[in-house]
Amino acid sequence: MKDDNHYYWPHKDLLDTDCLGEADLRHLLHLASGFQDINLRPVKKVPTLKGRTVILFFAENSTRTKTSFDVAAKRLSADTFSLGKAGSSLNKGESLKDTGLTLQAMHPDVIVIRHSSSGAARYLSENLSCSIVNGGDGWHAHPTQALLDCYSLNQAWNGNFKGKTLLVLGDIAHSRVARSNIHLLRMLGVNVRLCAPRTLLPAGVSSWPASVHSSLPEAIDDVDAVICLRLQLERQQAGLLPDLAEYARRYCLTEEHLRLADPDVRILHPGPMNRGLEISDAVADDANCLVLKQVEAGVAVRMAVLYLLATRSEQGDS
Amino acid sequence: MLAIRNAIHLDAPVDLLINDGKIVTMTPAGHVPPPPDCETIDASGLLLLPALIDAHVHLREPGYEYKEDIASGLDAAAHGGFGAVMCMANTKPVNDTAAVAVFMRERALASHPHGPELYPIAAATKGLTGEEMAPLAELKAAGCIAVSNDGRPLSSAEMTRRIMEYASDLDMIFIDHCEDPQLAKGWVMHEGVMSGRLGVKGQPAAGEAIQAARDIMLAEYLDVPVHIAHVSSRLTVDVIAWGKKRGVRVTAETCPHYLMLDENSLENYNTLAKVSPPLREDADREALRDAVRDGTIDILVTDHAPHAPHEKNDTLDLAPCGLSGLDLALSLSFRLVSQNILSEADLHRLWCDAPARIFGLPCNRFNPGDPADFCLYDPTALWQANTDNFYSKSCNTPWAGEMIAGRVKHHWHRGVKLF
Repeated sequence: MKDDNHYYWPHKDLLDTDCLGEADLRHLLHLASGFQDINLRPVKKVPTLKGRTVILFFAENSTRTKTSFDVAAKRLSADTFSLGKAGSSLNKGESLKDTGLTLQAMHPDVIVIRHSSSGAARYLSENLSCSIVNGGDGWHAHPTQALLDCYSLNQAWNGNFKGKTLLVLGDIAHSRVARSNIHLLRMLGVNVRLCAPRTLLPAGVSSWPASVHSSLPEAIDDVDAVICLRLQLERQQAGLLPDLAEYARRYCLTEEHLRLADPDVRILHPGPMNRGLEISDAVADDANCLVLKQVEAGVAVRMAVLYLLATRSEQGDS
Repeated sequence: MLAIRNAIHLDAPVDLLINDGKIVTMTPAGHVPPPPDCETIDASGLLLLPALIDAHVHLREPGYEYKEDIASGLDAAAHGGFGAVMCMANTKPVNDTAAVAVFMRERALASHPHGPELYPIAAATKGLTGEEMAPLAELKAAGCIAVSNDGRPLSSAEMTRRIMEYASDLDMIFIDHCEDPQLAKGWVMHEGVMSGRLGVKGQPAAGEAIQAARDIMLAEYLDVPVHIAHVSSRLTVDVIAWGKKRGVRVTAETCPHYLMLDENSLENYNTLAKVSPPLREDADREALRDAVRDGTIDILVTDHAPHAPHEKNDTLDLAPCGLSGLDLALSLSFRLVSQNILSEADLHRLWCDAPARIFGLPCNRFNPGDPADFCLYDPTALWQANTDNFYSKSCNTPWAGEMIAGRVKHHWHRGVKLF
């Protein structure tokens, strides 16, 4: 990373953040910040990926991630095609492999996949030769979300990650956002804390590179940032929680909690937010809450990811 | 009359004399010249083994012949060194009537008239649904030798109790796949560090031990035997040891893969390592190794569960459970011997003596008059685990592609040479 001109992106796919080195990350964030400038211009389109094809294969519901990828690709002049589970042959019993091969036969440069099965993006990458971006697979990974969180914190902290403390709050067991974020944050030297009721912590969490807390007032003490996770309402039906009101009483992030944190604490949330359940109205609207910055960063980061993957073979030549 | 000369039996060179399907004598090599006009085979460099018994296989016929059929399954058994296999009832239709049991035995006799033997295991409940008991006396008369709801664990302690009681009249042992259905709901693998990392639903080892404890307490109360299938966890080992100490007639099995692998084999969502019960932790593997050595676990089985390539080529949550075990089990067992985890005598006990005793089957201990069921095993054969070399129709195994040392070279059943 000393000489940016001689760096080139080595990855065919972006399946999770654990495959990224610090040089990859710094390069990607640098690139994203350049693309962010484009997003602020009156004419928000460059011809960089003209003639390239990006397929958005979202076999699980998503509006914001899909829209963000779509906007990112179009700002770079790539053509995008969307496929959902309802419109695909997965509903007719076609296997994921065959759906993937069918899409590949249309010669896309990149396929972005969102799927409810953990490991689905890896599975597709093992069966296809085109580039795969993991747009979220089950409870496993959501690398572009982690990258945009990192981008947002990078701006807020002027690139100083080392020694900072960040709390991930909420349903960590079922969170691909938490898993992908922890890899990146640890790589950048951030101390990570996790806070959730025991029923929403993953098996084996004690082996994760993070401290684990069940009490929010204890966990938030002096932290520099909080990633507040969305609580899926079906966790109550699955018997993991008595009810949502009790969850809110114990874990809803309020201004009172923030007073225990660093005065300049930043709040992140992958969205969509359940106001009053995992995050209070006041915190959601606080000036230090980066939620809308995250959405903005999402487009820039995804432009960088699509650019790096779609032009990978050419970068090697230069 | 047949004479096998210079074979190695438990490290000692021996000569073996066979007549009329039975062992005549086994003597130190070169001590007694073979009788004149006797067919003689020089077995120098080959190991002499009793034919093995596999008390837990899935041969998929009727209903799933694209995975395996009885003919291909028995081929794999013969070449894997097995003289007898006991097949589970989860076929389509389920083996819950005499018609299915008789069909299975007829198919075995048609393709393998000289063996290996096929012993069907009766479904414990009709359709394996856990609701109504299957007609066990009818199934016994049709040739079934044990009872199990394998793969569809019984949630009702009451139903389990009644099956154990009813089967005991018929001298049929109840074999239980121990798994608490609620604790294991929606499981993909063992619940532990790896499931947490991969982000998939796990099942805790406690779910197996809880059902095993239930079965052992019922067996004590009813004074009947019970057999615990494919033990995968150290907690279950402890529960079985406790039952044995109390004098309960509990026996148990495990599989070579639980002695050799753990949850780490699932890294990268490797569907070939997805088995039921799931591969657990390093500490479980160590406890299971101790348990087969000290007899807490009585026998080894393959839990041979073939699946077609397109079924295993899927995401981890959707891929079916099971591995194809018959072709490889003996070679893997010898790998454990070479690693000093088991002795060769342990293999004879775990794969032959003990299963014969538990299920009342004939067994060759190389005493005069024993059935002449034996193999000559070439420990130097080197072969690749792949579809071409497997006799099973399916090569779904975590060892696929690996070079494997040792293979059965010749196999006799009741004195008849199978190959």
